Amino acid sequence: MKHTISVLLQNKPGVLSRVTGLFSGRGFNIESLCVAETIDSGVSCLTLVTKGDEAIIEQITKQLHKLIDVIKVTDISEKEYVEREMVLIRIKAEANTRAEVLRVIDIFRGKVVDVSPRSYAVEVTGSASKIKAIIDILRPIGIKEIVRTGIIAMPRAGASK
Amino acid sequence: MGKITGCKAIVQCLQEEGVSTIFGYPGGAVIDLYDELMDADITNVLVRHEQGAVHAADAYARVTGKVGVALLTSGPGATNGVTGIATAYSDSIPLVVLTGQVPRALIGNDAFQEVDIVGITRPCTKHNYLVKNKEELVPVLREAFHIARTGRPGPVLVDLPKDVVKDLINFPEKTPIRMQNYQPNYIPHAGQIAKACKLISKAQKPVLYVGGGVILSDASKELTELAKKLSIPVTMTLMGLGAFPGQDELSMGMLGMHGSYTANMAVAECDLLIAVGARFDDRVTGKLDDFATKAKIIHIDIDPTSISKNVKVDVPIVADCKHALSAMNEWFDDEEHSDIEEEAARHLPWFEIIRGWTAAHPLSYKMDDKEIKPQYVIEKINELTKGEAIITTEVGQNQMWAAQFYKFNKPRNFVTSGGLGTMGFGLPAAIGAQMAFPDKTVIDIAGDGSIQMNIQELATARQYNCPVKIAILNNNYLGMVRQWQELFYKKRYASTDMTVQPDFVELAKAFGAVGLRATKPSEVEDVIKEALSIKNVVIMDFTISREEGVYPMVPAGSSNTQMLLV
Repeated sequence: MKHTISVLLQNKPGVLSRVTGLFSGRGFNIESLCVAETIDSGVSCLTLVTKGDEAIIEQITKQLHKLIDVIKVTDISEKEYVEREMVLIRIKAEANTRAEVLRVIDIFRGKVVDVSPRSYAVEVTGSASKIKAIIDILRPIGIKEIVRTGIIAMPRAGASK
Repeated sequence: MGKITGCKAIVQCLQEEGVSTIFGYPGGAVIDLYDELMDADITNVLVRHEQGAVHAADAYARVTGKVGVALLTSGPGATNGVTGIATAYSDSIPLVVLTGQVPRALIGNDAFQEVDIVGITRPCTKHNYLVKNKEELVPVLREAFHIARTGRPGPVLVDLPKDVVKDLINFPEKTPIRMQNYQPNYIPHAGQIAKACKLISKAQKPVLYVGGGVILSDASKELTELAKKLSIPVTMTLMGLGAFPGQDELSMGMLGMHGSYTANMAVAECDLLIAVGARFDDRVTGKLDDFATKAKIIHIDIDPTSISKNVKVDVPIVADCKHALSAMNEWFDDEEHSDIEEEAARHLPWFEIIRGWTAAHPLSYKMDDKEIKPQYVIEKINELTKGEAIITTEVGQNQMWAAQFYKFNKPRNFVTSGGLGTMGFGLPAAIGAQMAFPDKTVIDIAGDGSIQMNIQELATARQYNCPVKIAILNNNYLGMVRQWQELFYKKRYASTDMTVQPDFVELAKAFGAVGLRATKPSEVEDVIKEALSIKNVVIMDFTISREEGVYPMVPAGSSNTQMLLV
């Protein structure tokens, strides 16, 4: 099962490689990983999505917590939470499909961020399932390039286990 | 206080931590630090290879309980130390390893003798640091010692750029270390202790399964009290040997791949397994699906990651072994909770079964009057040192025979590379132990293969007057691998024959040590006696029965009850 894990870390050189080294060294899997500083510039927040049964997820959270530079580990997916991902998609947009592409983007509340005679680049944010949906719809039209941020997530206010 | 050099600050930090002996090897990046050490009241043991320095510091830590310190130069000096660091990491040994680094301006430039040792050792240290800001030097060193010795101990590496240690800095006053993100939990949860004790007081066939954590937390006394009070049989892992007196009638010896028949059967048949400071290593459990299947499991460990990692446990207790065991003793001392005499009496039928196993299959070997049996050598060493020597080992058959046939009655007397299984560990470890206890008898039980991996340290032992004794169980084979080849690879002895060996007696002489040899069983006792009487390094070369194996043996991947016996 997929789990979204949020990790607060000391914002120091080498900390990210401690986390990724732990995953590769112990054979855990990382589906996506996203890291940036928090309101406190000394602390970074890392959100990662991983897969595994209960025992593996338990080991992952414990092992992360054991790293000296890790301040807090939360398995966000154990609670009510919101998640967002942003994707940039460059999509083929020839004369005969330009209107159709725009309509799809509009439905998904996406934004065109770059235009060329034969393509659009669009920005879409949303949950992982929404991102998957727009990619599935645009794929037959012709996706030329895709860049995703990976998921960031936050527990809902007042959410408890 | 005025400004002082980084080197002076490092020496002051070492003194603050009570360090009197370090192990190391100089080089360009640490020459300033060595210069400073010359005037300090700290002995640097100049080893002959950096791996030896780290093993010696590791053994010093194992026998004293203090943090061991090694000092290595940059580049190859540091990489040579990596095996030593990984060895200490596997066995949770508190170490601080100081490595020189090229000046900050050159880092990343592929400078002479530059490696990213912080990157290299990240997966085999508890934590590591590159000191980039000179004012962080002292706080980092203090944190390094704190991290190394607290919680589940481990090695911490501090990489010191040459310009940082030469610069002038302020020496900050020592304040208590507070790390928001690192607070190991020593005190057990009272509710979990009660739950565990209630399980114990219901058990008919309990077993204490004890690991190195009991030794690391100095909890032998508390463990012995609990076991004796409730009459619970004890089995120990390789790292746990000595935590409970090996001669005691409650001791079943070691469990696992080369454990005793009794210990493995008892774990298979018990209804309650009380794991204390052990981590359910694969060499201990054998086939996991068949391990202690009839038992509820209580697991005490200070490291939460050890709990339910390999085996799902019923009552986890995250705490220091010493604190947890004392809390359990207190629980049982409360008459409202239990009747101790009744507790002990309830286990009598269980003891009958256990005694039956020991009677049927005691730890044994077939004595021979022509060839020396290695087990006999260990038994004789045990007898002649009254079980009081510090024993270090190499890795392989020598290590297993030492673990099986030397009866350790005290903790911190058995120094062996358990987790990593590092050949070449025993001789430098013996030197580290002897530096800590100059008057004790220190014996390295070695094989003819492993001894050659760090044999250069004979010179170190001579230079620092460490009268270590080395017992080579010489079968001209890499014996343990050969045994596997004999049993599982149709006797195809691929690359395990070591018939071409140095003459170890002459080799000892070349180092200014003493060499003795025994080729017949009748000579064994005299050789050991003579070696023990000599106040110098002695190599005892025992020509042993070439194809002797270590038994019992659980083939890798099999259940612990499927033992191959003598």
